[in-house]
Amino acid sequence: MKKIEVFGTGCKKCIQTEEMIKNKAQEMGAEIDLSHIFDPVEIATRGIMTTPAVMVDGKLVHKGGLPNDGEIAQWLAGAD
Amino acid sequence: MLELFTKLADFVTYDALNIDPVSHLAEAVHFFVEDTTKIFFLLTALMLIVGFLRSWISPEKVRNWLDGKSKILAYFLAVVLGAITPFCSCSSIPLFIAFLSSGIPLGVTMAFLITSPMVNEVAAILFGETIGWHFTFAYVATGMLTGMVGGMLIDLLKLEKWVEPFVFEVKAPTQDLDEPKLTIKKRLRHAWDETADILKRVWIYVLLGVGVGAGIHGFVPQEWFITHAGADNLFAVPVAVLMAVPLYSNVTGVIPVAEVLIAKGLPVGTTLAFIMSTVAISLPELVILRKVLKLKMLAFFVAYLALAFIVVGYGFNWLF
Repeated sequence: MKKIEVFGTGCKKCIQTEEMIKNKAQEMGAEIDLSHIFDPVEIATRGIMTTPAVMVDGKLVHKGGLPNDGEIAQWLAGAD
Repeated sequence: MLELFTKLADFVTYDALNIDPVSHLAEAVHFFVEDTTKIFFLLTALMLIVGFLRSWISPEKVRNWLDGKSKILAYFLAVVLGAITPFCSCSSIPLFIAFLSSGIPLGVTMAFLITSPMVNEVAAILFGETIGWHFTFAYVATGMLTGMVGGMLIDLLKLEKWVEPFVFEVKAPTQDLDEPKLTIKKRLRHAWDETADILKRVWIYVLLGVGVGAGIHGFVPQEWFITHAGADNLFAVPVAVLMAVPLYSNVTGVIPVAEVLIAKGLPVGTTLAFIMSTVAISLPELVILRKVLKLKMLAFFVAYLALAFIVVGYGFNWLF
């Protein structure tokens, strides 16, 4: 199961990013372990400065702004 | 090329709506049509270009550039980069922590954070197109100087004591993460998304701003401003600055109003002080920063900015 982490301090785009991933996973029937890190200290200690950011299995795949549908599908399929 | 918008406004006002050209209403409608179309056109075109170009700059790169620079150079770089680096206000806390954690001085970090919302590239370009490029220069220079002096003061007064202590205990990695690759196509898409996003956020301010501007343009006589807020009235500058503090607004909405105020004879310094105060002192931003800065620091920050803008206002009124 893929571990997907969304990093964002709670702005609209961060929440939206999480929802987009959740919806896409449902649509694709992909089982994922999705979490959202809100704590700015943890975000900084993980080396992230631009939010929303997304990590898949600990690897940074996206930062700043909303991801698009195709990108999310790639992360979920693991074809990155 | 921009005469196209004047012609469009001529057509809408005098031909399509058939308004008497010498009436107040015609002046207001003409101003509204010309300015809204021009601003939306410029905003879209320029944001696409700016968004594309600045996809090469990120807070991570800024940190690396600032790291280890001599202090004077660091303040200067911080405000220049602050003016052009994109980051959402919700990133300011992780960014603040990461900068301090990698050893960048508090004053340099604050100079970056202060300047970022204050000097806005879209505003700079719109000022040039509506009021004149000398105004753009005054705006950008004032913003950068305010940021630099503010940062220097913070270091000089050793205001680290007004930062929440936990910040200094965080150990953020100083090595950058492997960045996802950005193709040209992705950069273009980011620029497009960003532009659409900004338009969605500001269209109402633009309409409101131009609406107010059009009303003043058409109906308020010039003598009113000269009598009430001319350069001879010493209170005009501080009143303008203080009035603008709670009036946090999008700078794109303030520009059309400023354009009219200057045309009606409001002194450049007073107008500039008002605009800087509107855009730079933002309550939502302060609430976010409260997580890492003590109230004293926020109060210092607001007082410093208000004072700086008052000085700037008098300075420019005296110069021009």
